[in-house]
Amino acid sequence: MKFHAAYQSWGRYFHYQHDIESPAWRQDTQFLEQTEPLLPYGLGRSYGDSCLNNNGTLISTEHLNRFIAFDGERGVLRCEAGVTLADILSVIVPRGWFIPVTPGTKYVTIAGAIANDVHGKNHNHVGTFGCHITQLELLRSSGERLICSCDENPELFAATIGGLGLTGFISWAEIQLIPIENAFIQEESIQFANLDECINLFEQSAADNQYTVAWIDCLASGTQLGRGIFTRGNHCTSHSAEKNHTLRKLRSVPFTFPPGCLNKLSVSVFNNLYFRKLGGRSKSSRIDYDHFFYPLDALLNWNRLYGPKGFIQYQCVLIDNAVDAMKELLTLIAKSGQPSPLNVLKEFGDIQSPGLLSFPRKGLTLALDFPNRGEATLKLCNELDVIVKNAGGALYPAKDSRMTAEMFALGYPQLDTFIPHIDPKFSSSFWRRVQPPAV
Amino acid sequence: MQNTQKIFISGATSAIAQAFARRYATQQACFYLLARDETKLEAIKQDLLARGASEVSTCCSDLGAAQDYTTLVDTAITALGHIDIAVIAQGVMFEQADAEQDNSLSRKMYEVNTLSAIEIANALGNHYKQRNSGALLMVSSVAGDRGRQSNYIYGSTKAALSVFTDGLRHRLAATNATIVTVKPGFVDTPMTSHYDKGPLWAQPEKIAEDMEKAIRKRKGTLYTPWFWRYIMLIIQHIPEFIFKRLSL
Repeated sequence: MKFHAAYQSWGRYFHYQHDIESPAWRQDTQFLEQTEPLLPYGLGRSYGDSCLNNNGTLISTEHLNRFIAFDGERGVLRCEAGVTLADILSVIVPRGWFIPVTPGTKYVTIAGAIANDVHGKNHNHVGTFGCHITQLELLRSSGERLICSCDENPELFAATIGGLGLTGFISWAEIQLIPIENAFIQEESIQFANLDECINLFEQSAADNQYTVAWIDCLASGTQLGRGIFTRGNHCTSHSAEKNHTLRKLRSVPFTFPPGCLNKLSVSVFNNLYFRKLGGRSKSSRIDYDHFFYPLDALLNWNRLYGPKGFIQYQCVLIDNAVDAMKELLTLIAKSGQPSPLNVLKEFGDIQSPGLLSFPRKGLTLALDFPNRGEATLKLCNELDVIVKNAGGALYPAKDSRMTAEMFALGYPQLDTFIPHIDPKFSSSFWRRVQPPAV
Repeated sequence: MQNTQKIFISGATSAIAQAFARRYATQQACFYLLARDETKLEAIKQDLLARGASEVSTCCSDLGAAQDYTTLVDTAITALGHIDIAVIAQGVMFEQADAEQDNSLSRKMYEVNTLSAIEIANALGNHYKQRNSGALLMVSSVAGDRGRQSNYIYGSTKAALSVFTDGLRHRLAATNATIVTVKPGFVDTPMTSHYDKGPLWAQPEKIAEDMEKAIRKRKGTLYTPWFWRYIMLIIQHIPEFIFKRLSL
């Protein structure tokens, strides 16, 4: 049992000790004999401790990276737990298919995307990732293998979608893909001066645009509160365009930056430049899917920029009087001076996920990342919690490093239905932190 | 390159072999895969077909057993029509300390890593000579470059492969065949899952990418990743009186 640098979470906030098991084949199940609590681990792109299991065992899916079947007529792909979205895209895009829902990085595994029921820039049109999973196989610690879908073992299926790896080991999953004509997105970016303009843009764009998202300058205040850049896009439909694009050159942050590099000054400079990056009010262009969906993937290990103490992500969804609550949130952040460079605002629609612990629900969602400055950062998060609570909202477990059990219970009313489906041998640091006291 | 490539892989369940095969599956290659375990072979077959392979044939065979490897390769040639690319990737590695005490482990490593590989390569060499073309990638190891106390039994099985492959390349130098001695360094695979990984470790995908490039560039010896060439150059040239004191 020790700290493994290769098995951390993305926020690099926790330094936990684990034993690692890495089964090489689907039939390898020796890890079930471990006496310590188990937790599946994909690529560690969850930010907090939902993918960590302090003093327990992580079952790494790194070697379970095989496709099982691809129906090129219907666009149905079945693959092992550890297959990454990057790998899937490299195979399906040249054959005219795309993932129906994609998060902001393609370096996640399919099982991780299910366990966190991830969402993309098109939630209002297609719901979450879990909405497109047609079936999966769950290996329970009893050794039982259960096929789960909306028809077969539907309760366990609902618990496993967004189930944070607690219901057992997903050994494979099957996803329904969407057809595309080429690898490109017609993108339009528009500068907006404040939050009201931003909300207007979401409303105007919803019907005609598959993908919508906004970047917010969190240090702007007063009349500029909530200024930023709105981006909308659709898959290109021209038949003439190339099926694939040339892969871009990846760069990597070679080492952990010294503490304090991301401070109010540097982030303010970055935000000001980024806000003006369009060189005008708006810009329209045709770009490949990598640049549209995964701009941050071009910089490998970007989490090292936040220094040795890591960073805290905070993603909430606001429901009641969402716009007013969002203003309150942004005012508080701007006033605190805690620098967060990557702030993403999206609108969730009302498509229901099958997942019991699914995070997205109709409202506005904001994701922030604060360099870890200890107490000051945690204090701000606690203050933000109050606004989220009052707006009937919730926090996203995949991003969380610090929410209380109370906050979790408030945000996830189906918790009681979920708990009986937890596999008795599975647990996580996140779960031990937020589980209701009675469990 | 766009014609359907006919690819033969022995030790097809190894992580390097799998990563290599995937690169060609998306180019619609045809495969003939040889390995011991039927379930694992089936999983790889499904993987390659889903990724775009035109055809995948499999053959279950214990590469640690003495058998007629010429006939085995002939069967593969008949199934594929001919062979464009062959990868010999089988390998087992037992703990050095165990193998020192138990000759059956040393013998097993020689049978799997060396004997079956050499017999398969002999048959392929004859096929390539007759066709005047073809590529053979022999997965050897940097461990074969100098005997070290921590791993010399495994290393010696690979040293034999390296010398054999160099010789085969010499023999076929007048043909258009490409014979590559592949020398990977530390690779993060199930075979090495119990080791702590440092910055020198590479993913099997990286090794596979370099192997594909080696065919294109008609390389003789491939150190992969590239820096192992220099690491091994230094290790090979450390004078014996200093080497004796090192714990390598």
